[in-house]
Amino acid sequence: MIKIRKLAIFLFFIFNFSFLIVSYAYAMHISEGILPLNWAGLWFLIAAPFVAYGLYRLKKMSAIDISFKPLVGLMSAVVFIISCMPIPVPTAGTCSHPCGTAMSGILLGPVISVLITAVALLIQALFLAHGGLTTWGADIVSMGVVGSFAGYFTFRLLRLVRANIAVSAFMAGLFADWATYITTSVELASGIRGNSPFLPLFWKILIAFIPTQLPLGILEGAMTSGMIMLLYKKRPDLLVKMGVVKSETV
Amino acid sequence: MKFRMRNSECGIKIKKFLVLILFFATCYLLLATSASASEWSGVDETVVEKYAQEHGRVAREPFINTDQGDLLLFVFLLAGAVGGFAAGYYWRRLLEQKPKN
Repeated sequence: MIKIRKLAIFLFFIFNFSFLIVSYAYAMHISEGILPLNWAGLWFLIAAPFVAYGLYRLKKMSAIDISFKPLVGLMSAVVFIISCMPIPVPTAGTCSHPCGTAMSGILLGPVISVLITAVALLIQALFLAHGGLTTWGADIVSMGVVGSFAGYFTFRLLRLVRANIAVSAFMAGLFADWATYITTSVELASGIRGNSPFLPLFWKILIAFIPTQLPLGILEGAMTSGMIMLLYKKRPDLLVKMGVVKSETV
Repeated sequence: MKFRMRNSECGIKIKKFLVLILFFATCYLLLATSASASEWSGVDETVVEKYAQEHGRVAREPFINTDQGDLLLFVFLLAGAVGGFAAGYYWRRLLEQKPKN
């Protein structure tokens, strides 16, 4: 009887999960050629210093601490997979993806998170027809810069007011995701508006994102919280070393 | 003994609760799928490209166009496999570095 119940639960899980792997699709990445060249150039200019500083920080941190490289490797793989993982949202009938930049921002610091996001976005633009080379700068700014910094600062701020680690990480994931899509709306509205006013178009795009991104932000929060708590249980020393938690809390 | 009884009772209740949630989740997903009847397009199509097109901006073909038939499925599968392998490899390395005390 117990075995049958377990099998039933397992089948239910598989059945539900099968809805999550219906098809591939894309989300916040702005496709090739959507932005005019002047706007694409501007986003490149904004993204470039973050990427350059990320490279510098990575080199410096790797020289100081050998445990840093595996963590960077892990986070790069995680951000890459998560940001091309389509998740169907039944309430909206569309697909979108989480970003993973909150967890990399919290664990590695926001500038290194920008760097690994830039690499992930470049591979996706080159080989997965996902995003674009001309829109690479805009995608780095929305997902890498804004996502990583929003996640990092939300986590730090909540920890400062003594919020629980899991709750802080959840909120960081949630806000990083939403901030990314708000930025995408800004980039898109400013780039495509022509002579139309900016604000009405911005709100129109943002509202169109809401049915999909509202639930996905919650999922991103749960994923971020899960990852941080897993590392907190398995390698609390690493979180102390990275300045994520204080040694007294471990 | 009493404590054990309580634990098992609690376990059965949690299981029943889980089965109920899964049942409703399944019904919800089925209904939502049939109701929306869309192709589960990404928001890049339903939002980004839609509004861009309304304002005269059309997405260009990617420089390396893998969006051809099942080729895209293959590259996504390959990317997922390589990414998953890398994540697993570095996760293991991180755990191996764990200090003894």
